[in-house]
Amino acid sequence: MKKNIFLMLILLGVACALPFLVSNYRTFQLTLVMVYAIALLGLNILTGYSGQISLGHGAFYALGAYCAAILMDKAGVPYWATLPAAGAVCFVAGFLFGLPALRLEGLYLALATFALGVAMPQLLKYHHLEKWTGGVQGIVIAKPEAPLGLPLNADQWLYFFTLAVMLAMFFLGWNLLRGRVGRALTAIRDHAIAAEAMGVHNALYKSTAFGVSALYTGVAGALGAIAVQFVAPDSFNIFLSIVFLVGIVVGGLASISGALYGALFIQFVPNIADEISKAAPWAVFGIFMIGFVYLMPTGVAGAVRLLLARRRSP
Amino acid sequence: MALLEVRGLRAAYGQTRVLHGIDFALQESSITALLGANGAGKTTTLRALCAMVRTEGEVRFAGERIDGRATEDIVRMGVAHVPDGRGTFLHLSTEENLRLGAYVRRDRNNVESDLERVYGYFPRLRERRRQQAGTLSGGEQQMLAVSRALMLRPRLMLLDEPSFGLAPLVVRELFAILAAINQREQVSLLLVEQNAAMALELASHAYLLETGRVVLSGAADELRRNDAVRRAYLGY
Amino acid sequence: MDAFLHQVLAGLATGGIYASLALALVMIYQATHLVNFAQGEMAMFATYLAWSLLNAGVPYWPAFLLTIGIAFVGGIVIERVVVRPVENSPVLAIVVVFIALLVILNSVAGWIYTYTLKSFPSPFPEQSSFKFMSPHEIGAIGITLLVLAALYVFFRFTPLGLALRAAAQNPESSRLVGIRVGWMLALGWGLAAAVGAVAGMMVAPIVYLDPNMMGGVLLYAFAAALVGGIDSPGGAVFGGFLVGVLENVLGAFVIGNELKLSVALILIIGVLLVKPSGFFGKVNVTRV
Repeated sequence: MKKNIFLMLILLGVACALPFLVSNYRTFQLTLVMVYAIALLGLNILTGYSGQISLGHGAFYALGAYCAAILMDKAGVPYWATLPAAGAVCFVAGFLFGLPALRLEGLYLALATFALGVAMPQLLKYHHLEKWTGGVQGIVIAKPEAPLGLPLNADQWLYFFTLAVMLAMFFLGWNLLRGRVGRALTAIRDHAIAAEAMGVHNALYKSTAFGVSALYTGVAGALGAIAVQFVAPDSFNIFLSIVFLVGIVVGGLASISGALYGALFIQFVPNIADEISKAAPWAVFGIFMIGFVYLMPTGVAGAVRLLLARRRSP
Repeated sequence: MALLEVRGLRAAYGQTRVLHGIDFALQESSITALLGANGAGKTTTLRALCAMVRTEGEVRFAGERIDGRATEDIVRMGVAHVPDGRGTFLHLSTEENLRLGAYVRRDRNNVESDLERVYGYFPRLRERRRQQAGTLSGGEQQMLAVSRALMLRPRLMLLDEPSFGLAPLVVRELFAILAAINQREQVSLLLVEQNAAMALELASHAYLLETGRVVLSGAADELRRNDAVRRAYLGY
Repeated sequence: MDAFLHQVLAGLATGGIYASLALALVMIYQATHLVNFAQGEMAMFATYLAWSLLNAGVPYWPAFLLTIGIAFVGGIVIERVVVRPVENSPVLAIVVVFIALLVILNSVAGWIYTYTLKSFPSPFPEQSSFKFMSPHEIGAIGITLLVLAALYVFFRFTPLGLALRAAAQNPESSRLVGIRVGWMLALGWGLAAAVGAVAGMMVAPIVYLDPNMMGGVLLYAFAAALVGGIDSPGGAVFGGFLVGVLENVLGAFVIGNELKLSVALILIIGVLLVKPSGFFGKVNVTRV
């Protein structure tokens, strides 16, 4: 345990030093990695721990992003306040979507969430909502400056802000999943009927899991919107939901560190693949998805765990 | 040469071993009964012969080894299995079930005449030929299952508890037809039955299984007179 | 009234396309209890192959038939190579593999053919005297019905079709009559892919050929399959036509064309909540 904390402090130290050592663009990319990590943790809570498949989490990310954008653009709300707002809205939306979803298992839930993911851009472009959503053109928002005159540029400030939010949310998530809630969710995932028979209120847990999962992804969406300074309907299509799926498959299901590995993967692999061909990133994603399912079903996190376990017991 | 020779057959479901090394044989055109209580391994033996469970040991059919082959290939060699629960295709019609029995056969013309012959044995099936098989009664489904196996023109028919859930009169009728099939078509029968009395009347040879091992074997008459068998399985 | 009739008839035309794709989905579902999320992309890819053939100078109908053949073989290959290894894996793994297939087909199409829209010809004449439907719409319904009739005849009256049905319903008993269940599954995938190719080639002249062409169509096909009953082929056909008409009528008169996809979304969620077995499907009981 002590070794773990020591390791984490070192990583934290490195993380804090990075923005001062790399370019602004790199810092921006790393901020996005953290944003995706939060989103992936959200999806993991639902799919990895709770066993409910979602192919539509991009919709919650979009919801959070638009919340932030609309509040900042139309209501002048400060950027940091949009996070709890986005979280709250997404929690309610997720919980409500989760209620009917209770009756859907596996494939059917995948189907319903897939439909949500596909239909989202059209919903966002709906012309009756245009005066809020900005229609096809979307909304542009301003990047926040460092407060209190701290000697950080906007990218660096946003990096630390995101880092703080990520650490807080990861810690909360870790606590949640380690305790009774986590065990209840895993029980439901592994054998729902038995769990119900043992007194776990499936309905409540499953809906709440949906809500919490949407909350995390929504907060990530808000942060993402602030980082990118822009929201538009076509950035939130079904492929975003698929990107998240790739992230948790590669990173590792039912794993908190997996969210980070996955986030690194989905942020940097497209950049590398892009150099080969514009269409290549997705082909690469697809091949990695199949590869991981066949060869490394527990993802990078699982592989890391195995390696560490082997080193400990010779 | 025996039609079926089994040596040291072992079978397991996952980690649970059910058969601990069974030896038996049966001759061409014979009727052999496999008796034993619930859980003795009778059904498993039949499933093992058809490669539906993991097995070890040697099984020879007409001199060729069939252990290790796929079920579909064993069927093509002329082994028809009437499974536990009948295995009816519930959503297909009676006649479609029968035609499926002849799926692997190359001689299409004879299939039609075989269909007629089967209806001859079981006229009630002809009446219900277009009816959905799932709506047939238990006895009719059993007849359908046997007929479907017959449509293969098998050399060996494996029957798993054909009397299960049937009224005694229906069982008599069925067993009489089985005897006729054995005589006229020269089909060998391997019969797994809990109803030892009826099985021993029909069969010429019998094996008694207990917890995955053969404990007694011999002519059906002998077993019928055996005291232990009488008390445990024949009830008197 | 005229406008309404036009929408209904146009809806039947697109409905035929949805019915075809829904039928492909149901065929695979019946045999495997899996929803093939990549069905649309498989159809799209086949349509691009047809486009290549047409571009190479092959006349329409030979290209059409050749594409169906290639799609058939492709479906079999995909089942044997991609699906077979994960057959017994947990649902999530299978969903991931299907999504991966979707993504790979989509990106490879984009890579080979680029993302610029291409026009795809219709084999039917430009004008007709019937004022409510274009020749292509009439033709599309015709082709759809032809394909459905052919499939019906195949399944009902041929030994192979019977074996396919048997293998889908009861794999264990099928083995006992000598049916090679694995190959039946592959055959089912081949047929589904072929049917999908027809759907793609019928839709392409309407929406223009582009790698993302089938996304919306797939969603409607899902809705259609669910409405009709995910394990009922007849239901899928009924559902397809129903969804086509609903999409057009609601789109034109109630919610506007922009939100047409939401119709599919609402249908899907609605059916799953209210009557998951659809109009003609069977209800499943899970045994503990």
